[in-house]
Amino acid sequence: MPRTREQLAERAARELQDGFYVNLGIGIPTLVANYIPEGMTVTLQSENGMLGMGPFPYEDEVDADLINAGKQTITEIPESAYFSSADSFAMIRGGHINLSILGAMEVAENGDIANWMIPGKLVKGMGGAMDLVAGVKRVIVVMDHANKHGQSKVLKACTLPLTGTGVVNRIITDLCTFDVKPDGSGLELIELADGVTLDEVASKTEATYTVKAGVG
Amino acid sequence: MRKVFPDARSALEGLTFDGMTVMSGGFGLCGIPEFLIAALRDSGTKDITVISNNAGVDGFGLGQLLETRQIKKMISSYVGENKEFERQYLAGELELEFNPQGTLAERIRAGGAGIPAFFTATGVGTLVADGKEVRNFDGRDYVMETGLVADLSIVKAWKADERGNLVFRKTARNFNPMMATAGKACVVEVEEIVPTGALDPDHIHTPGIYVDRIIQSTPEKRIEQRTVRLREGA
Repeated sequence: MPRTREQLAERAARELQDGFYVNLGIGIPTLVANYIPEGMTVTLQSENGMLGMGPFPYEDEVDADLINAGKQTITEIPESAYFSSADSFAMIRGGHINLSILGAMEVAENGDIANWMIPGKLVKGMGGAMDLVAGVKRVIVVMDHANKHGQSKVLKACTLPLTGTGVVNRIITDLCTFDVKPDGSGLELIELADGVTLDEVASKTEATYTVKAGVG
Repeated sequence: MRKVFPDARSALEGLTFDGMTVMSGGFGLCGIPEFLIAALRDSGTKDITVISNNAGVDGFGLGQLLETRQIKKMISSYVGENKEFERQYLAGELELEFNPQGTLAERIRAGGAGIPAFFTATGVGTLVADGKEVRNFDGRDYVMETGLVADLSIVKAWKADERGNLVFRKTARNFNPMMATAGKACVVEVEEIVPTGALDPDHIHTPGIYVDRIIQSTPEKRIEQRTVRLREGA
C-alpha cells in the first residue's frame, strides 16, 4: 500500500537526529513536526525569522506578530529566538541548518529539483526555496511518486524551471525511498513502502536507478 | 532635529515623487507599515517601483496601491495572495522581478551597508541566474547579485524612542531592519513612542541613525492564516 500523508511525514521524521536544526516546507513536510520522537531535541527554523517554533496557538494566544513561513499563526517556546530575514538566510545560506525537508513538483536523478514554477500558469514566486536547497546541509524531498495524471515525478531530467541543481540528497515518496548517490552516479532505491513491489516502482518511475542489495 | 511627526501624511511630505523606488517592510501582512502604505496611496504618487517580499492581499497592505494602479513594478519573492496582482500582471500592466527570499534580504542588507554586489550559491543553474555573472570559488559556482537601495523605505517597528532607536516584536521584524538601512529616507511607523532613554541601549535592534521620521499608529494587524488548536476537553 502506498504511504498516506501521515505515513510519509512519519517516515520523514526518521531523518531527524537529536540536536538538529531543521527547516520544514509547506504541506506534508509541516506534518513532520507531529512525529518528532520523544526525548529528541529538534529545533524548527522558520525562514521569516525565528528559531524554536512552537505549536499552533490556542484561540486566546493568537498573536498577529507571530507567524511561520506559511503565514500561519504559531507560538514561541522557551528556547525561541527572533531575528531579521537577512540573519535567517545567513543561517540558511551559511550551512548552519542541518536539514531541509520540502515538497517538489519534479526531482531528477542528478539531484535537480523543480518546485516553484509552471510556465504558462500564474507564477507565485520561489519564496525561500532556492536559498534553502542551495544552503542547507542535507535536503530531503517528500512527495507523491506520481502527479495527478499518473506521470512519474522522479525523472531522468526535470522539465520544469529548476529551483536548484544537484542539491537533493534523498527522495521519500508514497511508494519508496531513493538516495541521490553522492558520487553523481544517479539514484539508488533504498526501501519500499509496506506492500509495494519493485515491479510497481519500476512501472511508475521514469528515472533510472539501482536497487540496494536486500531491498524487494 | 525633530523626528517625531504627528501623522503618516505629514511624515511622507516632501519625500514622494512619481517614478520613485520604495521599500516596504513586512512578511505577508505581518509587520507591514499599514498607515504609511495608506498615506503613500493618498499621496497619489505614480509609477512606483516597490521592493517588498510580498504584495499584500486584495484591498489591504500593498494591495491598496495595486488597486489604484500606483505600482509600476514589484521586486518580491512571493506574490501568491493577491487576485488584483494576478490580473494586472497577466494583462501586462505590472512588471515583476522575482528574487529568492534570502537573496532579496541580502540585496537590501548589502545596499544599506554600501556593498554594491555579492556572490551567492542561491539560484545557480536556474532562471534567476540568467544574464548574471557566475564565478567559481573553491570549486563551487556562485552568482553575482547586486545591492538594492531605495528613495524611501517605509518600516514597521514595535517601539521607538524620540531619536529613532527601534525595537521590533517577534516575527514582525522580518525585512524591516534591513530596509531601514537601505532607503535614502526612512520613515518608521511604531505602536509606541517612548522618551529617549527609556529603551535599554543593549536591546535596540535598529539604531536611530537610520531613521529620519517616526509616527505612532494603531495598526489593524490583519492575520492571513489564523491557525489554532483546541484545548483538550474543550
